[in-house]
Amino acid sequence: MSVMVVRKKVTRKWEKLPGRNTFCCDGRVMMARQKGIFYLTLFLILGTCTLFFAFECRYLAVQLSPAIPVFAAMLFLFSMATLLRTSFSDPGVIPRALPDEAAFIEMEIEATNGAVPQGQRPPPRIKNFQINNQIVKLKYCYTCKIFRPPRASHCSICDNCVERFDHHCPWVGNCVGKRNYRYFYLFILSLSLLTIYVFAFNIVYVALKSLKIGFLETLKETPGTFLEVLICFFTLWSVVGLTGFHTFLVALNQTTNEDIKGSWTGKNRVQNPYSHGNIVKNCCEVLCGPLPPSVLDRRGILPLEESGSRPPSTQETSSSLLPQSPAPTEHSNSNEMPEDTSTPEEMPPPEPPEPPQEATEAEK
Amino acid sequence: SSQVHNLQELRRSASLATKVFIQRDYSDGTICQFQTKFPPELDSRIERQLFEETVKTLNGFYAEAEKIGGSSYLEGCLACATAYFIFLCMETHYEKVLKKISRYIQEQNEKIFAPRGLLLTDPVERGMRVIEISIYEDRCSSGSSSSGSSSGSGSSGGGGGAGAR
Repeated sequence: MSVMVVRKKVTRKWEKLPGRNTFCCDGRVMMARQKGIFYLTLFLILGTCTLFFAFECRYLAVQLSPAIPVFAAMLFLFSMATLLRTSFSDPGVIPRALPDEAAFIEMEIEATNGAVPQGQRPPPRIKNFQINNQIVKLKYCYTCKIFRPPRASHCSICDNCVERFDHHCPWVGNCVGKRNYRYFYLFILSLSLLTIYVFAFNIVYVALKSLKIGFLETLKETPGTFLEVLICFFTLWSVVGLTGFHTFLVALNQTTNEDIKGSWTGKNRVQNPYSHGNIVKNCCEVLCGPLPPSVLDRRGILPLEESGSRPPSTQETSSSLLPQSPAPTEHSNSNEMPEDTSTPEEMPPPEPPEPPQEATEAEK
Repeated sequence: SSQVHNLQELRRSASLATKVFIQRDYSDGTICQFQTKFPPELDSRIERQLFEETVKTLNGFYAEAEKIGGSSYLEGCLACATAYFIFLCMETHYEKVLKKISRYIQEQNEKIFAPRGLLLTDPVERGMRVIEISIYEDRCSSGSSSSGSSSGSGSSGGGGGAGAR
C-alpha cells in the first residue's frame, strides 16, 4: 500500500501556544510582545560602537596600539551574542496544564479543602512543602492551572509561568528566568565593561587630540565623540549599578523577584534554602550549572486533520493517544527540543506504525 | 485465544479509563524529582515495587542530568568562552540524559506497563511537571493484569509480556 506524501504547510506548536509571546524564524526565536525598547537597546549599542570604531579607533590604533580596537571588538561581539541569546531564548516557561491534568489537580484540591459553593471566590490554593528543613509554600496559578514550582512566578506581561523567575526586562524584550539568566548576567557584565572601555578611550582620544589641535577643534572634527561620551555616561550609571546588584544576587543565589518581595529577609522569614552558603559555589551553580533544555517544544508538529498526509519528522510516543489531540491518526510530536539546530532530530521509531500509515519518512 | 499485549494492541483494543498524575517532589529543592508515593488507582494494576523502581530510576536520571560538578562546570565555562556558539553544534549533557530517559521510558512501557494496560508519558512532554500514567480498560481479557508476574521485578528479560490463556 503506498501513501502519497502531501507536502503542505505544517502547523507547528508555537503557533498555538497560549501566552503573549512573539515567535520568529518558525519558532526558533521567542520574545515578548513589546519589542520597542529592545530595538532601542540594539540601536544604542550598535550606534555607539559604530561611531567608536569609525572615528576614535582609527586614531588610537595608530597613536597608541592596534590592540585597542581588537579588545573593543571582542567585547562588542560578546555582548551582542549574549544580548541576542537572552532576548531570543525561552526563559524557562512552564507549559500550561492539559485539561486532564488540570482536572486531576482540581479534584485533589477539592478533596483537601472541600468544595466551594458556586459563585464564591475560591480561597487561594497553597500547598506546603519542606525544603532543606524549611517550609516553602507552593502557590496555585489560576491561569496555567498548575502548582507553581518553588521560585517560579507568573509573568503578567508575557502571561506565562517562568521557572526561577527573575524579572521581565523590557531592554532585552523578554523575561529573565532559569534558562537565560546567565546570558542576561553576562550581557550586563560585558556591556558594563564595553561602556567603561569606550568611555575611557573616548576621554583618552579627546585628551590626546586636544594636546595637538585644541579641545574645540577636536569636537568639531569628530562631533560623534560627544554623543558617545554622553551615552556612555548615562549607561554607566544604570548598567554598572545593575551589574553590581545582580552580582550580589548571584553570590547569594537569589532572584530579583525574591529580593523585591523580601522572601528571604526579615526576622519572621525563612533563610534562603537554595543558597549553598558559599559565594563561589553559588556563582558556579548560577552561571555554569547545567542548562535544562526548553520544554515548550515550539517546533514540534501539531497533528494534521487529514489521515492521508504524513507530517514530516515524527516520532511515535504515547501522547498521541490523549483524547484532546484532534486527529485520530497515529502521530506525535518530536521528542527533541533543540534550540539551535534547524530541524528537530529524529529518533528511530521504536515500533512500526499502524497499517493505515506507511513507514516513517524522514524529511529533513 | 492468546492475546499479546504490546503497545499497538493496546491502542487498538483498549479504551482509556483514567489517568494518574505523579507530581513533583520538591523536598530536595528545585531539582526535578517525582514522588514515589504509590497512587491508589494503580493498586490493582501493577506491583508497588515495580512502580517505585521505575520512578526511582527516573529520579536518578534527572539527578544525573542536573548534577553540579566538575564536568558541568567545564561545559558551562567552555560554552561561555565561545559566547555560547558551541551549542549550535554540541548537545548539552542535560539533553543527552533526556534522550536516555526517553529510551528508558519506551523500554519500560514495552516490557512492564503495556502488558498491564498502562502507559507512561515522558515528563518532558508535560513540561516536567508530572509523570502521566494512562490506565486502559482491558476489554480483551478480564483480570489479565496479573499475567505480568512472570517478568519478575525490574528484570530486563521478560519480553512483551504474554497474556496467554
